[in-house]
Amino acid sequence: MTISPIGRLEGTVLPAPVLDVSGLTISYRDQNGTRTAVHGIDFSVAPGEVVALVGESGSGKSSTAQAIIGLLPENGRLESGSIRLNQQDIAGWPQKRLDGIRGSVISLVPQDPGNSLNPVKTIGRQVAEILIIHGKASGAVADARAIELLERVGLNQPALRAKQYPHELSGGMKQRVLIAIAIALKPSLIIADEPTSALDVTVQKHILDLIDELRCEYGTAVLLVTHDLGVAADRSDRLIVLKQGKIQEQGRTADILANPQSAYTRQLLADAPSLNVRPRRVAAPAEAAGKETSDDIIIVEGLVQDFGLGGKEKGLRALDDVSFRVRRGTTHALVGESGSGKTTTIRTVAAFQKPTSGKVIVDGLDLSSPPRETLRLLRKKIQLVYQNPFGSLDPRQTIAGIVEEPLLNFEPVPRVKRAEIIASTIEKVGLPLDVLQRRPHALSGGQRQRVAIARALVLDPQILILDEAVSALDVTVQAQILALLDTLQRDLGLTYLFVSHDLAVVHQISDTVSVLNGGKIVESGAVEDVFERPQSPYTRELIDAIPGKKYPSLAGRPLSTHSGNIR
Amino acid sequence: MARYIFSRVGQALLVLWATFTISFVLLQAMPGDAVMVKFQNPEYGLSAEQIADIRAAYDADGSVVLQYVHTIGNFITGDFGYSLQAGVAVSAQLAVNLPSTIRLAGLAFATAVLLAVVIAVLSNISGFTRLRSFVLSLPSLFVSIPAFWLGIMLIQIFSFRLRLVPVINPGEWEGLILPVLTIAVPISAPMAQILLRNIDEVLTRPFVSVARAKGASHAFVLWRHVAKNAVLPVLTVAGVLFGELLAGAVITETVFGLNGIGSLAEQAVNFQDVAVLQAIVVISAAAFVTINLAVDLLYPVLDPRLKAKLGGVA
Repeated sequence: MTISPIGRLEGTVLPAPVLDVSGLTISYRDQNGTRTAVHGIDFSVAPGEVVALVGESGSGKSSTAQAIIGLLPENGRLESGSIRLNQQDIAGWPQKRLDGIRGSVISLVPQDPGNSLNPVKTIGRQVAEILIIHGKASGAVADARAIELLERVGLNQPALRAKQYPHELSGGMKQRVLIAIAIALKPSLIIADEPTSALDVTVQKHILDLIDELRCEYGTAVLLVTHDLGVAADRSDRLIVLKQGKIQEQGRTADILANPQSAYTRQLLADAPSLNVRPRRVAAPAEAAGKETSDDIIIVEGLVQDFGLGGKEKGLRALDDVSFRVRRGTTHALVGESGSGKTTTIRTVAAFQKPTSGKVIVDGLDLSSPPRETLRLLRKKIQLVYQNPFGSLDPRQTIAGIVEEPLLNFEPVPRVKRAEIIASTIEKVGLPLDVLQRRPHALSGGQRQRVAIARALVLDPQILILDEAVSALDVTVQAQILALLDTLQRDLGLTYLFVSHDLAVVHQISDTVSVLNGGKIVESGAVEDVFERPQSPYTRELIDAIPGKKYPSLAGRPLSTHSGNIR
Repeated sequence: MARYIFSRVGQALLVLWATFTISFVLLQAMPGDAVMVKFQNPEYGLSAEQIADIRAAYDADGSVVLQYVHTIGNFITGDFGYSLQAGVAVSAQLAVNLPSTIRLAGLAFATAVLLAVVIAVLSNISGFTRLRSFVLSLPSLFVSIPAFWLGIMLIQIFSFRLRLVPVINPGEWEGLILPVLTIAVPISAPMAQILLRNIDEVLTRPFVSVARAKGASHAFVLWRHVAKNAVLPVLTVAGVLFGELLAGAVITETVFGLNGIGSLAEQAVNFQDVAVLQAIVVISAAAFVTINLAVDLLYPVLDPRLKAKLGGVA
């Protein structure tokens, strides 16, 4: 099991760790009493090292990060344990004392750049602020230094950016600003809490590269909190796997990936789409892509969609000459970054909006000029499943009520018959019948998404539009939902239009794919062709940006504990 | 931006016009009129023919449409007509009564804002957690207190029992203390509540954590990051509350026997003095519309996101 170590820390006397956490226990108070979220964990981070804290939601990874920087939510409490930062135990420090080291010795790159900057303050002020708070600079000097920092993190026109407000910057630019703030005082440790989960895949790559580069330049250690094993695999020296507040396994990243010791880690690795390129199980004739066949259930030809902007002449062309076909019983994926036109396309296919020009034919129904009756027919054929299983279910309805609702909108079905249909649909999606009388809040994210799928299936549709339907789920749950979708497709002969920004998932589930960029299709075809021989530079960039490439031999690795040959 | 200002000003004018028209129609629809109320009084000893003559002189039986056009024309030129009861120009009556009401309303509004801010600040200082939960439970109580009752209670407690503030022949400013409080307390409550809720909500936003992670103290975050974000929604409410302020002023002036628009309105109602009523309605509406217009125009100045949406200079 012992592979000769190649890590840069070996062979020399280990320097004192920047961060040494031991016996860390965190609990939360709520109406139901006290709940322990982190159970006495121990780990350390050496100078200049990147340690990834990975786990699913509820694993305690974010709580750990928040506790280290002293920013647990109000109902959170550090019960016991020590947090030694540069050999000083800061665990018991009052907030006032922590203010002195936050920002200067330890800093934070937050999860959600969109909401992490004050919307009513200029970028420059928010960067300069950290210098002012710590008395490093003030007035014009601080402003000038802020512009230098913005330039350092790769923002173009830094002087202009400094005068702008957050809403005038893109998500990636905002994250650069937040990184500028985090590195301003050259701290010993940066806590990066899911720094790229809200960003597009190509932007994600640039941001992670930037963090890497600055880490090397300043010798700063990074504690990278992430749910994405691909990111952790690519970017970390060491890996800590957390589950329900306990460390399952920790060690050198390469070792863990090659030879995971705990069953949970093995499961995680097996479920992570970016680390496992599995061939499609459904034997769908891939060569049908793009060719005309009589069995095309969705035909989109020359679709153009314009949006007027506030009554002004200048409109926005959201879709420009988009064409694709989907064969009955197959999965077609629409991929692209935010703003590429994915959502506009599915809204048009689902007849929520009329195309400006072009043809959309769904199972023989022409949607270009749909009479009312066509629309009603279409609603039975085509159903949607949305990304957020928390927002898409009415919290006040029971599960039975939620699944029943579509049935009530069409020709009356007797009550007994309805109950039968609901029960059989709930069974189809793999839920126990006793969920029917519960309400959404009593279910987990994965269960809710199953309910959303059941609601879509209850009308017995032919097409499901899956709009980022697995993007908000943890990897193991994601894998289960993807497996369910696969089973349903085979059993019911469903056609999927699968919208995702996650190319690894797309690779796993789709037969054919269209890559959208700026409202145009830049490439389409069978998944294997597009992923292995991308023709357009944009597709190539997208595919290169998928994390988890550092250990290519892991791809397709069987579920085994045998040590893999990793280099 | 210019487009935004134009549309807002246009909307304000439209509201004013609608207010004028609706109040005109309602006042016309009332049975009887000021001429009858005044001259039917037996003390005058006028015969039916004489009254009819007077009615004709005042054009009281003229076409409603003509009267409407006539009145609106006069209002636009600033001529509010004559009070039948007092026999003087309505504008002269307003000149006497308006300043004291403006003073009362202005002071009450300022006091309400001050009270709300003080409550919000106190509630966010550690050690005042009790006050905080108390304050959060106050508004429903405060809002449900009728102004006349609060006025009477304040007089009872502070003037008659504690003898702190005289109500009989008080000094000019002394006499304002209780009326101002009577109006300010019920208005400050919802303002304080919204401010507190907003502060709580803003404190949970990620940018607050980022500010704390920079090493900013709690107080620094409250003043430099939370305050402006939390005040924005209060502004809208403040505009609406101004309407309540006007209503409160009318009742309070009556309770405390102050001269002002409130007492003028009360007399005008008693005597069906249509011209005076019409002027008061329009002036109140104008004040309300102006405040809300000011709030609308202030918003883009305070919130850069709105400015961008309105196509201002980025």
